[in-house]
Amino acid sequence: MTNSSSNRSNGGSSVWQARWALFRKSAAANWALFAENPVGLIGLGIILFFLLLVILHPILLNTVWDPNVYNPINGFDPQSPVNPAPPSARHLLGTAPQGQDILSQLMFSARNEFILAVLAATVTVTMTTTLGAIAAYYGGVIDNVIMRIVDLVIMVPALSILIVVSGLFELSIVQLALVIGLISAFGASTVVIKSQALSIKVKPYIEAARVAGGGDFHIIFRHLLPNLMPIALLYMMFSVTGAIFSEAVLAFLGLLEVDMSWGIMLNTTRNLGFILDFSNRWYLIFPAGLSITLLSSAFYLVGRALDEIVNPRLRQR
Amino acid sequence: MSNQPLIKVEGLRKLYPIDGGVFRKPSSFNHAVDGLNFEIGHGESLGLVGESGCGKSTTGKMLVKLFEPSDGSVKLQVGDSYINVSNIDRNSRKDFRRNVQMIFQDPYESMNPRMTIFDIVGEPLAVQDIGTISEREERVAEFLEMVGLTPASSFMFRYPHELSGGQRQRVAIARALVIEPAFVVADEPTSMLDVSIRTGVMKLMQDLAERLNVTYLYITHDLAVARYMCDRIAVMYLGKIVEIGPTEELLSNPRHPYTKALLSAVPIPDPRIKRDAVQIEGGISKAIDPQPQCRFYARCPIRDEHCKTHDHPPLEVKGNGMQVACYKVPVE
Repeated sequence: MTNSSSNRSNGGSSVWQARWALFRKSAAANWALFAENPVGLIGLGIILFFLLLVILHPILLNTVWDPNVYNPINGFDPQSPVNPAPPSARHLLGTAPQGQDILSQLMFSARNEFILAVLAATVTVTMTTTLGAIAAYYGGVIDNVIMRIVDLVIMVPALSILIVVSGLFELSIVQLALVIGLISAFGASTVVIKSQALSIKVKPYIEAARVAGGGDFHIIFRHLLPNLMPIALLYMMFSVTGAIFSEAVLAFLGLLEVDMSWGIMLNTTRNLGFILDFSNRWYLIFPAGLSITLLSSAFYLVGRALDEIVNPRLRQR
Repeated sequence: MSNQPLIKVEGLRKLYPIDGGVFRKPSSFNHAVDGLNFEIGHGESLGLVGESGCGKSTTGKMLVKLFEPSDGSVKLQVGDSYINVSNIDRNSRKDFRRNVQMIFQDPYESMNPRMTIFDIVGEPLAVQDIGTISEREERVAEFLEMVGLTPASSFMFRYPHELSGGQRQRVAIARALVIEPAFVVADEPTSMLDVSIRTGVMKLMQDLAERLNVTYLYITHDLAVARYMCDRIAVMYLGKIVEIGPTEELLSNPRHPYTKALLSAVPIPDPRIKRDAVQIEGGISKAIDPQPQCRFYARCPIRDEHCKTHDHPPLEVKGNGMQVACYKVPVE
C-alpha cells in the first residue's frame, strides 16, 4: 500500500476511468443486441422521427413559417379563409376548423407528448422500483400496506380515477404526468417488480453484504435496485405507452387544460361535428390519430426489444 | 488476553416456529440449534461437522449475526473485553463488523452479478468507510494478489461471471479478509469446487490465517477437509454437539457412536483394508419438539433404557481433551 501510491493517488480517478470503460463496453454490447432486432429499430426510428419534429418546430417558426399564420394555437391564414381546408402546398396537412395549420399543431403537440411521457414514466419507474424493493425487503406490515393499495388501484380502472381527478382540478401537462405516474406506480408493474425483488432478496450476496456491514439502505440501493433496473426500464417503456394513451383520451373528452395536444386536436374535430365525416375530413382525424398510435406503439416496440435483451430466453436462437 | 478465547458461545439456541399465525402463538418448534456451548481460541480453527440439516450453517450464521439466536449468547473478544453479539450497541456493532466476516458456500451466488470484482472485494471497506477510493483500490489489489489472483489489475474490473469457480472463491476469501477480521466463519467454502482445486483453496486459507492471524469456524460435512483445516472438531447431530475435541484424537479414537458411524462412512483408498462398519438405523429427521431423551436415541446402536428415560446427555470430559455427550461412553 505504500510504494505504488504515488502513481495512483489522483483521487481514485483510475477507478472511475475503469468504470467508465466498463460502462461503455456494456453499452456497446447492449446496443449490438438491440440493433439485431428490427422491431426495436423500427420503434426507435419512429421515436427519433417525432423527436425531430419537436426540434424542427421552433426552427421552422423562426425561419420559414410566418408566426401569425403558423402559430399552432391561434394562427390564421388570410389566404385560406375557408376552414377546415384540405392539404395544399401552403398547408401540407391542411388547416384545422379554426384555421390553424395542422402540421404545425402536430409538431407542437409532439413536444407535450414527450414531456408527458418521459415525466410520467420516470415517476412510475422510480416509484415502482422503490416501492417493490421496499415491500419485498421489509415484508410484513409495510409489504401488506403497499400491496393492498396496489390491489385497490388495479381494481379501479386508472382512467376513471383520471377522469375524476381532472374533473376536480384543472391539470396542466406536468401535473397530469405526475398523476399518471403516481397511479401507474401503484399498478401491476409494482407486483412484478416486487416478485423480482423477492427472488433477489434471498440470494447469498445479500447476506454477504450484510456481513460486510451494509445496512438496509445500502442493500436496497446497492444490491436490490441495480438488479431490478433492467426490468424496471422495460416497464418504463410500457408505461410511456399508457401515459400517451391516457392523455389522448382525457384531452379527447375535454378534461384537460392543455393549450394543444393530439387529443385536443381530435376533441376540436369532434366538438365541431367533423369526426363522423371521415371521407371528407380525414385530414382532421388522420394525422393526430396516427401520431398517437405510432408514438405509443413505438415505445411499446422498443420495450419489446429491451425485453429480449433483459430476458435472454426470449431471444431467437 | 492470549489465554482467553476469542469467541465464547453459551447456551446458543435457535427455534423455528412450525405453526401459529397472527393471532395464535406457535405451539411447536423446530429446534434447529439447541443449547450449544463452545469456545474458540485465538488463531485456532474449529471444524463444525455433521449431516445436512443438523444446524451447522444456522450456528455459523448466528455467529455472524445473520440470524438472531432465540436464546443464549455469542461473545466476541474485542481488545480486552467481550462484546455480546446478540445485544449490541452502535459502537460495538462497528467493532463487531470489522472483526467478523464470512465466506459463503456458493461462489456463484454470493456475488452480485452487477458489481465488479473491485466493488465486491472493496464492499466491506466502502460500507465501513475505510480509506479513500484510491486507498481502497490499492488495498483490494494487495489482497487479490495475496489470494493468488495476479496481476490484480487484470481482475479488478471484471465481473464475477467472467471468472472460474476457483477464482471466484479466491475473490470471496479476499473479500472476507480485506478488513483483516479476527474471526471468519467459513461455510463449506470448498464443497462446490472441483476436487482438483479444492486443496489449493484450503492451503490458501491456512496460509492467510497464519499470516493475518485469523481464527476460523470451518463448517463442513467432509471429514477429510476438516482434518486438513482444523485444530479441533465439533460433531453436531440434530442441533446438539455430540462430541468435541482435538482433530487427531477425535478422528483416530472416536467415542460417540454417531462419530464412529460418520467415520466408518468415509471410504478408505485401499480395497484390501476392511473396517468394522458401524451400523446406524434410519435417517436424520428434524428436531421438532424433541422428546426429553437422547437426540440420537432412535438410531443409536448402544442405547438402553437409561438413555430413553433421561434427557439429552450433557457434554462431559471423557479423557484426552475429548468432550462427549453420551451416557454410555465411560470416563477414561
